[in-house]
Amino acid sequence: MILVSMATKSTTADRTSAAAEPAVLALVCLAAWLVPGAGHLWLGRKQKGLVFVVTLPLMFLTGIWLQGRIFPFELSEPLVALAAIANLGVGLTWFAAHALEIGRGVVTAASYEYGNTFMIVAGLLNFLVILDAFDIGMGRK
Amino acid sequence: MTDHFLLLALFSLFVSVVFGVLLRDEPRDQARLGGLMFGAFLATAFVLGWLMYPLPL
Repeated sequence: MILVSMATKSTTADRTSAAAEPAVLALVCLAAWLVPGAGHLWLGRKQKGLVFVVTLPLMFLTGIWLQGRIFPFELSEPLVALAAIANLGVGLTWFAAHALEIGRGVVTAASYEYGNTFMIVAGLLNFLVILDAFDIGMGRK
Repeated sequence: MTDHFLLLALFSLFVSVVFGVLLRDEPRDQARLGGLMFGAFLATAFVLGWLMYPLPL
């Protein structure tokens, strides 16, 4: 039992030691931001990474499907700017939505606020996922 | 789609899955936490919905 426990700890240490370098850690966080779950995949947490890769972009796209809006960076309106930062948290999906000019939102749609909530929360959840990848990379988990 | 309860359930599902996987390492624990969170989301919505039922007075 003790041997199994030691082996597990050793494996975890081996897995995270490569990411302990600051430059590598920064790249892990960048990858985790651009593609939700990529940081976990990079660090060998495949099961978690695959769930995030599927779930978070899907949640963001569900928000677009519900006619939610990708908020603009309007610093004159702090809440709108904060929502924009939250939207941006989902990474490449945000850039793809911008490039395809989707996510303009339909204010009169019954599901508009639901859509906004889905998109904002998807981005915020990815910020948590990035922090988790950072902790794993630092060897804290 | 305008079914508010279905949207609430869908939102709860996404959030529960992410938190369950994020906060636990073993698949069994992840499923347990995710299921608990999902149930808590729905139960809270039911309770708050019925509490607000008589409003406005």
